[in-house]
Amino acid sequence: MKHILSVLVENHAGVLLRIVGLFSRRGFNIHSLAVGVTDDPGVSRVTIVVTGDEATIEQVVKQLNKLIDVIKVKELNKNTCVRRELTLLKIRCNSKNRSEIIQIVNIFRANIIDVSPETLTIELTGTEDKIDAFLGMLEPFGIVEVVRGGMLSLERGHLGIKNQ
Amino acid sequence: MRKTAAEVIVDILIKHNIDTVFGYPGAASTPLHQALSKSNIRHILPRSEQSGAHEATGYSSVEGGVGVCIATSGPGATNLLTGIANAYMDSIPLVAITGQVTSDQIGRDVFQEVDMFGTTAPYCKHSYLVKDAAQIPRIFHEAFYIAATGRPGPVVVDIPMDLQLQEIDVPELEKVDIRGYKPTVKGHEMQIKRAVSELQRAQRPVFLAGHGIILSDSIEEFRKIVELTNVPVVSTLLGLGVLPTEHPLNFGMIGSHGMAQSNFALQKADLIFIVGARVSDRAVPAPMALQDKRIVHVDVDPAEIGKIVSTNTPIVGDIKDVLTQMLALVEQDDPYTDWVAEISAHKKPIRVPQTNGTICAKNALHLLSGMVEENAIVTTEVGQNQIWTARNWNFKDQTKFITSGGFGTMGYGLPAAVGAKLAAPDRQVIAVEGDGSFQMSMGELATIAAHELDIKIILLCNNELGMVNEYQRVRDYNNYAVHLAGNPDFSVLASAYGIEAAVVSDYADLEKAYETMLAWDGPYLLQINIDAQEDTL
Repeated sequence: MKHILSVLVENHAGVLLRIVGLFSRRGFNIHSLAVGVTDDPGVSRVTIVVTGDEATIEQVVKQLNKLIDVIKVKELNKNTCVRRELTLLKIRCNSKNRSEIIQIVNIFRANIIDVSPETLTIELTGTEDKIDAFLGMLEPFGIVEVVRGGMLSLERGHLGIKNQ
Repeated sequence: MRKTAAEVIVDILIKHNIDTVFGYPGAASTPLHQALSKSNIRHILPRSEQSGAHEATGYSSVEGGVGVCIATSGPGATNLLTGIANAYMDSIPLVAITGQVTSDQIGRDVFQEVDMFGTTAPYCKHSYLVKDAAQIPRIFHEAFYIAATGRPGPVVVDIPMDLQLQEIDVPELEKVDIRGYKPTVKGHEMQIKRAVSELQRAQRPVFLAGHGIILSDSIEEFRKIVELTNVPVVSTLLGLGVLPTEHPLNFGMIGSHGMAQSNFALQKADLIFIVGARVSDRAVPAPMALQDKRIVHVDVDPAEIGKIVSTNTPIVGDIKDVLTQMLALVEQDDPYTDWVAEISAHKKPIRVPQTNGTICAKNALHLLSGMVEENAIVTTEVGQNQIWTARNWNFKDQTKFITSGGFGTMGYGLPAAVGAKLAAPDRQVIAVEGDGSFQMSMGELATIAAHELDIKIILLCNNELGMVNEYQRVRDYNNYAVHLAGNPDFSVLASAYGIEAAVVSDYADLEKAYETMLAWDGPYLLQINIDAQEDTL
């Protein structure tokens, strides 16, 4: 079972080492991890998608909270948050199949951000399912490289990590 | 006014009432050692950094404050690791200060460079690599605050040599405020009420007493609650001493090396009231068996609650606060006569009659525990010596027990005794050693000699690694993989350090040997020859 944890941390060196080290040491499984600074330059926000049962997630949250550099941990409810993942992929193409690929790109509302005689580089933003589906559609053409950013998530409306 | 950062560190140590540090110098920590030498802080030189860290925790365990150890960069720093990990597992407040190569050299694999921050991250409570000397005052105040509050533990501060020498402003002592660290100290009133009513409803309640009671200085409160509620008590290894061994409600240590009656009590209880214990595998080898019971769990660390067993009534808070609140709620209860009788019926004799001409370690330790002073401090190593002591020592009202519980660190007991004796020069300190463990830290004989520390070393000598041997015996390996060959003549070794020594091999001579040892003014090593086949239990 996948859970989304949003974690506010001090924005300084070594914090990520502690978080990642915690997951590896205690045998928790990170599905994806995304980190970046927030509107407060002293605070970074880490979004971790972690797989595990309820008891495991409870331990993950408690162990994260024990880290001195962790300011706040919140598990986001999938029903009340928006989720996005950014993916860049480079796909093999030629003059024969280029337009077919572009059609798929349009259906998924992805963007072509680079083109060469043999390749197309595409940017897609969406939920994990959408990206999986997109990659599935393009796989037959020959994927050269894929880079998937971790999931980002924010709660809807008045909900938020800063409110209790 | 401006001072070097090293001098400011010393000022801060003094502000935090640090009177003794355990340090092994090297180039990268020299500025700090220089500054320390100009202060009133006592500087103890262990014979290895690892022993220094153990000494600092032994000191802390007796003195109650934060232990401080210091090492240089690279191998000096990595030699501290076992001590830091040990302090982490047993929740002992420790500030470990390490020198680091100069800040412009970090990351270039220069002489004696190691990533101390990365190396210690998994088993310290917090750590700092100082990058700006001006931050040193804040970092040190935080380090002491973090080490001592909430669930205590080790904090590592790694300081490049050049930054120790940099001149900085001497700041006012500010209140520490860390937004990510606000330990819950006050126990939740409703939860405590609920826990007390759990206790009142239970037919077969038992207190499981852990190290937390000792760490939070709550032995007195705990004993009062036991007297009022009449609830039987079992304890973890590190909880030994919360009640005297002979207290009618004390059923002793639980776990794989525990007492038959205490394990029975845990199995048959309908309510287990855990106070400051973390339900470790050695204490509760089969935690699933507890799942049908009512569980109250008091701990200052919320992550320990529910980690191993699910809990009906969790109480997060400082144990002293929680027990004090409980004391206002509990009333004198009738004794659980039948339940206590049922547990008592499961007591089994743990010592065997002594055969002539030999010494059984269990009997030897039991005998000694009756001869030492009321408030003696006893330390052990890890192995059979530890369990023999835990099970056979007659703990009095004020006996202080120091041992490596969670980490099981061989070589801990002798340095811990050094720390303990330095913290309490007026208390008797007995270091129970096995001949294997002793040799891991026997360099500390020099520290003992240098400071004329009156430590009585009981060296149980069977010329084997007893617990490992026993493990191979009971697991039917029919083969001993490793032998402890090449033991020195320990008396000659002790004499080389100017330490008085004697050897005893017959129980008939033991009491006299103890009398001589205890009457001796100064350190003393008594080698007790025992049989390598003697069982732990």
